[in-house]
Amino acid sequence: MKSANIQLETLVCPSCTQKIEAALKNIEGIDQDSLKLSFSSSKVKLDFDDNTTSIEAIEKAINRVGFEVIKSRVK
Amino acid sequence: MQRVILRNKNKIALVIGILIATAFIVKWSTGFMLFFEWTLITASILGVLPIAIQAFQALRVKVVSIDVLVTMAVAGAFAIRNFEESAIVTFLFLFGAYLEQRTLNKTRSAIRALTEMAPETAWKKMDDGDFKEIDVDDVDIGDVLLVKTGAKIPVDGTVLSGEGSVNEASITGESLPVLKDMSALVYAGTILENGTLQIAADRIGEDTTFGKIIELVEEAQDSKSEAERFIDRFAKYYTPVVLLIALLVFAFTRDMELAVTILVLGCPGALVIGVPVSNVAGIGNGASHGILLKGSEVISDFSRLDQMIFDKTGTLTIGNPAVADTRYYGENIENALCYLASIERESDHPLAKAVLEEIGQTDFYPVSDTNVIRGGGIVAQVDGHRVAVGNVALMEQEAVVLSEAVRGDLHQFEEKGYSLVLTAVDGELSILMGIRDPIRPGVKEDLERIKRLGVKELVMLSGDNQGTVDVIARELGLSKAHGHMLPEDKSAYVKEQIGKGATVAFVGDGVNDSPSLATAQIGIAMGSGTEVAIETSNVVLMHSDFSRLPHALGLVKATSRNMIQNIVIAIGVVIALLASVLFGEWMNMSIGMLVHEGSILVVILNGMRLLRYRLKS
Repeated sequence: MKSANIQLETLVCPSCTQKIEAALKNIEGIDQDSLKLSFSSSKVKLDFDDNTTSIEAIEKAINRVGFEVIKSRVK
Repeated sequence: MQRVILRNKNKIALVIGILIATAFIVKWSTGFMLFFEWTLITASILGVLPIAIQAFQALRVKVVSIDVLVTMAVAGAFAIRNFEESAIVTFLFLFGAYLEQRTLNKTRSAIRALTEMAPETAWKKMDDGDFKEIDVDDVDIGDVLLVKTGAKIPVDGTVLSGEGSVNEASITGESLPVLKDMSALVYAGTILENGTLQIAADRIGEDTTFGKIIELVEEAQDSKSEAERFIDRFAKYYTPVVLLIALLVFAFTRDMELAVTILVLGCPGALVIGVPVSNVAGIGNGASHGILLKGSEVISDFSRLDQMIFDKTGTLTIGNPAVADTRYYGENIENALCYLASIERESDHPLAKAVLEEIGQTDFYPVSDTNVIRGGGIVAQVDGHRVAVGNVALMEQEAVVLSEAVRGDLHQFEEKGYSLVLTAVDGELSILMGIRDPIRPGVKEDLERIKRLGVKELVMLSGDNQGTVDVIARELGLSKAHGHMLPEDKSAYVKEQIGKGATVAFVGDGVNDSPSLATAQIGIAMGSGTEVAIETSNVVLMHSDFSRLPHALGLVKATSRNMIQNIVIAIGVVIALLASVLFGEWMNMSIGMLVHEGSILVVILNGMRLLRYRLKS
């Protein structure tokens, strides 16, 4: 299990968080209970299994719903 | 391609704004209708592109977002060849989004100022002994780091070598530099004003005190109250329902104009964003004034406060007690003082420090059979004598005879608000010390302000003797004061008040008051950013600054009012729009979009007022 802290571009619209949540829900390997999405600081925090998925795959899923990842940190 | 379009959303808004203006000018001046139409068609297509892309991205993850409603509305307007409306709606939607972004960024500015204080790089000692600048995220626990003059200390750590003075204002609020040398602890985010230090990293990233503060504030801003969670659930189903209604209306009436208008009016905006905006601005204001509010639930409880309970030492008083007066009884005073110092040397009680400072240099004896009596004092064997140090209750328990003269002195000391420390050797009273802990300057005025803000009862709880407590209570104008209280008595008292239906805040220093801080609906810690305080309380006064308390109370009340205003505005707008579709003739898609975007801006601007909130004195 690794934990990721992903800084996104500034989130503005209220449905942004809904979209990102929905996008990450479908990714196998993300611990859904650990998923925390912060609207006001535009950050995503989550734990994921690095055997099943990767930070690149997670970033790509966020890009697919139209949001840019500024910086991500994996520990 | 998609990304290029989305990234240039704001430019697109500007271009279609110009296109629309040109189209109308040409129409009014020359009446050239073909140009008018084609310009608007161009503007509509250009404008709907980013919206449609967003709508598509949302639908792909099965979310019916506002973008979906607007895209369908524009398509509908196209179908009935109403290019005027389709162009204006896309423009208003994009321009509104731009304004929202600008204003929302402002409400978040207070937090950004805080996070920008975070260190970014560190000089790490590499294997070859040289120092290399690395990203602070790459620092590991145990790394040896060099901190140069003027730099931020990158992590929480221990000084290995060197010395220097550190400004710890970002953590403690104290701007006087503190001297740090060998084995002193240093904190991330504080600034080394002069000298150089080599430190070992103990805690890194989010585990540092500074990291925890930032995380706390960020989480607080996103924490949702019951009302907000309801609105969120509501919003999730609201948009699909609007879509369905519009489709049904079209199916039955075949009136595309009406269906399209419903789509636009149905966009939820102000309702979803209104409450979080007040929250973010209110918590942001607090953060920039040294007040950490842990979330919106705290704000709503705190604003309904009717009782505030204070710990005495370190909260209402400065917490740095000193011996003010001493009386001696009987003989062998010199020995008694040595015994007293020997016992107190082993205690970490705040009064012990005061006693030791008063006695100064002396001979120490070995102490054995130490027995700490909670809420009483200490009894121990010193130099073959049974020595009791503590309060009047302990003396009575030890069957020490207190003469009339002694009782007179006790009374006199209590009158002056001193805490009492008595020393008896082999059952004979020998020393009486009166210890004074001055009241924090300005506390009286601050308590007045709190009362004026509508807190009905101000109560003080203390482990001190009742006489001392009463004196302070009278001086400060408190409604109630209880002495002789152990930490568990305090939390039991808090529980009792909550049981009576009161909303209670407990204000303490966060170290020995943790149970009460946790029990009260609102635990307010006067923490110098200490970890315990941050974790057990709901509100932290960062700088241990009592005068922030009235500001905090005023702020949560203002924030709470602001949220209610925003909810009223949002719901009012929805009702007004619905009524005008049903009963008014003038309502169309463009006006609907204008009102919709307008109401979003109004709630954001209303929320922003909180950033400038100051308590009126």
